[in-house]
Amino acid sequence: MVGIAVDVVMDSVSVTTTFNAELDKNGIIFCSFGEAVQNHPELVKKYLGRVVPYTDNYFAALNSAVFSDGSFCYIPKGVRCPVELSTYFRINAAGTGQFERTLIVADDDSYVSYLEGCTAPQRDENQLHAAVVEIVAMESAEVKYSTIQNWYPGNADGIGGIFNFVTKRGICEGDHSKISWTQLETGSAITWKYPSCILKGDHSVGEFYSVAFTKGKQQADTGTKMIHIGKDTSSTIISKGISAGNSQNAYRGLVRVNRGAENARNFSQCDSMLLGDRCGAHTYPYLEISNPSAQVEHEATTSKVGEDQIFYCKARGISETDAIKLIVNGFCKEILAKLPMEFAVEARNLLAIELEGSVG
Amino acid sequence: MLEIKNLHVSIEEEQKEILRGLDLKVGPGEVHAIMGPNGSGKSTLASVLAGRDGYEVTEGSISFDGDDLLELEADERAREGLFLAFQYPVELPGVSMSNFLKQAVSSVREHRGLDALSAGDFLKLMKEKASLVHLDPALKARAVNEGFSGGEKKRNEIFQLAMLDPKLAILDETDSGLDIDALRIVADGVNTLRSSDRSFVVITHYQRLLDYIVPDVVHVLVDGKIVLSGDKSLALKLEEHGYDWIRDESALPA
Repeated sequence: MVGIAVDVVMDSVSVTTTFNAELDKNGIIFCSFGEAVQNHPELVKKYLGRVVPYTDNYFAALNSAVFSDGSFCYIPKGVRCPVELSTYFRINAAGTGQFERTLIVADDDSYVSYLEGCTAPQRDENQLHAAVVEIVAMESAEVKYSTIQNWYPGNADGIGGIFNFVTKRGICEGDHSKISWTQLETGSAITWKYPSCILKGDHSVGEFYSVAFTKGKQQADTGTKMIHIGKDTSSTIISKGISAGNSQNAYRGLVRVNRGAENARNFSQCDSMLLGDRCGAHTYPYLEISNPSAQVEHEATTSKVGEDQIFYCKARGISETDAIKLIVNGFCKEILAKLPMEFAVEARNLLAIELEGSVG
Repeated sequence: MLEIKNLHVSIEEEQKEILRGLDLKVGPGEVHAIMGPNGSGKSTLASVLAGRDGYEVTEGSISFDGDDLLELEADERAREGLFLAFQYPVELPGVSMSNFLKQAVSSVREHRGLDALSAGDFLKLMKEKASLVHLDPALKARAVNEGFSGGEKKRNEIFQLAMLDPKLAILDETDSGLDIDALRIVADGVNTLRSSDRSFVVITHYQRLLDYIVPDVVHVLVDGKIVLSGDKSLALKLEEHGYDWIRDESALPA
């Protein structure tokens, strides 16, 4: 099993960073934001705010004003990071906001896979999570960013829970660079989250793979923005939304092809699955295509876990709960397969637990 | 093995009575055929036996291997050893055959107090049973019934029957939509699975299947009741004369 270097952030303050020796050997910098500002100010200054300026949106401005810490990662030219890097966010104090800022820079020809896992204890009041994640991928670099989000979603009546308003954006700065966002979202009372890619370099690639699960009174509005600027760029969006209980689950995505973006390619697939009669699934795809050579494909399906399917499983001795798990897992399979192995196992277990609670 | 007494069943939503006092007795190791015109209640009978929602039993009883079947949920009945081969098998996208059957087989085995199969033994079992109905071994990676031809779907039902080793198998119009070759393969598979502790209830429209799966008893289901029973020659008589003569003989309304 590949090792994981962990930087733990509690209440916006970095606690520890492990695996330093291995990373040092390769010239990889992975530390808290505070340390980065102290020890590598030139790098931080060069890349901070490039992708998400404080003018971008209210919550980015809030973050820029008050962010206290987060993680900084720099992969030097030609280096393939030998371990998964991981940041673990935890909001502890009640009534607080978590305003961490993460900046990942992959220099020419480098590779890094980054895991973000989040959790927060149960509380009656809401807590705010307004993080900013910026990724810069230089020429022929590749960054994989995977998230499992399981913030406290509030109770069955919708009291309490985290408000998860996150700005995540990557810029494929160099030619042939690639950024992939993979996420499993199961928590938070309200989620607004659109990990995006700016495809500036020629032949750059942006990918977004998402499974968003809502139940109870959760509301999720999540998706992505793929901005095609360079030539021969391509993007892939595969989004799976599962709603249960009284929740509302929306996919909101933008594919923009600028005038100068010759030969842009996009493939989008947005599938929704409804468990029950009181939940909702919505799809809002936006296409802004300003170049006639663009090829854009969009597919969307909505399905309800059919009684016939459940009966078929029961007729083979499988309980109703296990049947729903089987069917939902089948629905999410291709996304979960994109997660690094350890994360994939955690993801499947989390989904199984969440489903257990939602079948009634 | 199976004893149905005076079964009255209505469709819940429509309050319409479909089965009107059906009686049936099937002993261990026996193969019974049920034939009847459209709308006679054949599919309703299969659904009620398997435990599908949407049907109300207003009168009568069903005993399966000594237990009250109506007390059990659909999945409990399957674990107890009742198997339904569907007329229209449904698709389960993304759920691989091997995952599906692994879950099913382990549920049934656990219920019977048997040890779980090792991964190797399970794969061997799958290979062995798949060959009974000439199913491509590559199928184990395919999603359940997704992209299967009509013949493959029906053969897949018999394959699952072989994997789950039931005491009573109900074949709901397994022959519908099959060409002669597919029919033979399905019938051969079923015949291989005949044994003294397994009973079959074969529901069919056409006598042809019964040339291959030779029944011990043939029943005729008309207007929600079994009105006539006989040996396999009864099926041939139906093929020649249709169902009207039965109505006349039993003084049933036309």
